[in-house]
Amino acid sequence: MSNAVSALQGASFDGYCKVEEAGLTGMITLRGDLASKGVAKAVKAATGAAMPGQGEVTEGAKGRVGWMSPDELLLIVDHAEAAAIVEAAAKSLGDEHSLVVNVSDARAVYRVKGAACREVIAKLTPADTSVMQPGMLRRTRIAQIPAAFYLEDDETAVLVCFRSVAQYAFDLLKDAAKPGGEVW
Amino acid sequence: MLILECPYCGVMADETDLHGGGEAHLKRFGPGSSDDEFETYLFHRKNPKGVHFERWRHVSGCGKWFHAARNTMTLEVYATYSAQTTEPPQDVIDAVKAKHPDWEGYK
Ligand SMILES: [Zn+2]
Repeated sequence: MSNAVSALQGASFDGYCKVEEAGLTGMITLRGDLASKGVAKAVKAATGAAMPGQGEVTEGAKGRVGWMSPDELLLIVDHAEAAAIVEAAAKSLGDEHSLVVNVSDARAVYRVKGAACREVIAKLTPADTSVMQPGMLRRTRIAQIPAAFYLEDDETAVLVCFRSVAQYAFDLLKDAAKPGGEVW
Repeated sequence: MLILECPYCGVMADETDLHGGGEAHLKRFGPGSSDDEFETYLFHRKNPKGVHFERWRHVSGCGKWFHAARNTMTLEVYATYSAQTTEPPQDVIDAVKAKHPDWEGYK
């Protein structure tokens, strides 16, 4: 196994919110019939979390599960465990029409920490960030790139994007969090 | 700014979260059709000033295609609805008619 490194290896920026790259994060795309018992069972085994409803993200002992579309979930787990979880989930789903893929190394993850974390993201996205509460997930865009975000708590936003645009996303977030750029 | 509710995500998606797909409910004319039918299918599009039915894709969200009934003049949105239909559902027709009793109807 090669030495896994995250896109920006934990780079961080202290603005009026702190922006930091989250480091190695396990991410799994699971597609299938979200109403099926088989999918719920595989999700539970992988993360300990219950199935999220539309626009939700749920949390379990081993990870989080985000609702990405009517037939797609994002499992957020320990990076080192991701490959084994994919294998177990694929086996558990068996012949059921579904897809489980380890996308950990295809993504970059950022945390925006501070009371104004919603505001920093609001500068970059058309989504209404003021309505976002912990437990909700929104897929949208930031400037020119697709991104998804949710809140871990009221002052911590987690933003996920493609690894190929990791630097671009970090630069956007840094710019949005620059001291002096406060809106409220 | 046009804002449509994605029927799959239930979120209000701004136009820049979406990708327009042109006129909705086209019937495809492919191999075996007449030249006139094929030309109409490929090139002839409605361009109404008023009530219009369109396809949209929630491109930076769920990625799904859906339909929207809206007004090209006022930008009022009557409804958005599933892509899994070949014509506007009755409740969408009713929503348009409620606002425009003299609307000539779909087609
Ligand atoms: Zn959607």
